[in-house]
Amino acid sequence: MDKTVLPALRNLGQKVTARIWRLGYASRFFLAMLLHSGTALRRLNLTIREIYFTGVLSLIIILVSGMFVGMVLGLQGYDTLQRYGSTEALGVLVSLSLVRELGPVVAALLFASRAGSAITAEIGMMKATEQLSAMEMMAVDPIARVVAPRFWGGVISMPLLAALFSAMGIFGGYLVGVQLIGVDEGSFWSQMQASVDFREDILNGVIKSFVFGIIVSWVAVFEGYDAEPTAEGVSGATTRTVVTSSLAILAADFILTAFMFTGT
Amino acid sequence: MSLEPLVEIRDLNFTYDSRPVLTGINMTIPRGKVVAVMGSSGCGKTTTLRLIGGQLRATSGSVKVGGQLVNELDGDGLYLLRRRMGMLFQFGALFTDMSVYDNIAFQMREHTDLPESVIRDLVMMKLHAVGLRGAHDLMPSELSGGMARRVALARAVALDPMLILYDEPFAGLDPISLSIIGELIRKLNDVLGASSVVVTHDVQESLKIVDYVYFVSAGKIVAEGTAEEIKRSKVPYVHQFVWGEADGPVPFHYPSRPYGDELMERAAQRG
Repeated sequence: MDKTVLPALRNLGQKVTARIWRLGYASRFFLAMLLHSGTALRRLNLTIREIYFTGVLSLIIILVSGMFVGMVLGLQGYDTLQRYGSTEALGVLVSLSLVRELGPVVAALLFASRAGSAITAEIGMMKATEQLSAMEMMAVDPIARVVAPRFWGGVISMPLLAALFSAMGIFGGYLVGVQLIGVDEGSFWSQMQASVDFREDILNGVIKSFVFGIIVSWVAVFEGYDAEPTAEGVSGATTRTVVTSSLAILAADFILTAFMFTGT
Repeated sequence: MSLEPLVEIRDLNFTYDSRPVLTGINMTIPRGKVVAVMGSSGCGKTTTLRLIGGQLRATSGSVKVGGQLVNELDGDGLYLLRRRMGMLFQFGALFTDMSVYDNIAFQMREHTDLPESVIRDLVMMKLHAVGLRGAHDLMPSELSGGMARRVALARAVALDPMLILYDEPFAGLDPISLSIIGELIRKLNDVLGASSVVVTHDVQESLKIVDYVYFVSAGKIVAEGTAEEIKRSKVPYVHQFVWGEADGPVPFHYPSRPYGDELMERAAQRG
């Protein structure tokens, strides 16, 4: 018994401690990054360049996906609402689903796979080809010069992308619900306007997307910086970025929703 | 002050994961000289370079550069010291998202307030020195291996350093690029009045240009001397290395059991 259980236990313990150690390392890295953010914020063009790469270049996938998600919501929502004879509430259903939930979450998941993976791969390759080492030897801190601008670029882009995702989704819902199916246009918009609260719904959605932006960008820059400097290491790190940040987004979404929408 | 050597390494030990990498290293790099650190792959040469640049810290002993103890400097002190050092990495380590021009201008923009017109003149001077003024707007991916190495060399001397560190500057170059890089190392060192440390396993090319050689094997210095002395050396390891013999003190075979034993055992297993 001892011979089979002990090694398994030891193995489990080792894995758990390794995970916790890595989490601690990631947290220290996060603090170091915040402390060295001066350059990224003082020399705004560094951060703006990253906003272009992570934000602007993610626009197409975000806009197209938002449109489709909104169109599906229009179809599904209409199908359900007509059973209760309240199809004029379609606008409310589409917009609340998007600004409270789907906008921030789906945009963040797309952002993680489109921009997060790219950030990890780029920083990982810079490490593998000794570019980060070279920067250190030139007395330039790579955390301040390379990592922090990418982090802030992601944090700033994420809420904007989520907002555009929701806007596109509402437009998609309008196309399907009003133009295709023929729900009354007046009630579609007016009910939406009456029921969506700025602070309760929109602001909470923005807070969510901001938190998701921090999560994705943090995971992406950390995995890149911590990647094994080989082709295999960089590809593993890229995969971990997508998996870890997706899981973290969904978990954080549950926690945030539990605190924000208490049903009052 | 000026007579004091630029780099002094005394009784240096370095252990990595409780495995000794370097033991009892003593080295002196006099001002104005080009010194080579030679040895086979994995003998600890690059580690020596990283200890001088402060990217690794000595387990014991001292590394002194320009009168400052590198192993006792804090982060800021180290960064100040590194502004007066240049380093050429094994494969250049050019920033792949910047043009040749921006690569060389990088440190000038980071560390000085010079106006762009002055930076432009300085960058063009550095590029001219390595013969690549015409390539200033190319991206690193558009350069051949030899050109990339020359750009990296121009970048290493961008701020006129007092100490230039070379990590395998000759690795993977064709014979023409090889002698160009060799000549540039010597010329830049003399023109800038700098001192250079060249970590390499390329004996023939480096013996042409260096003033002094340290031979490292398994983390220890096994021989030192001028190029001529090294060529005549009777130390078996150095002799094998300089003349490129396949077998000698460095065995051809990875450590293994005697082949005879293994064959007998397999025969016995087959019955």
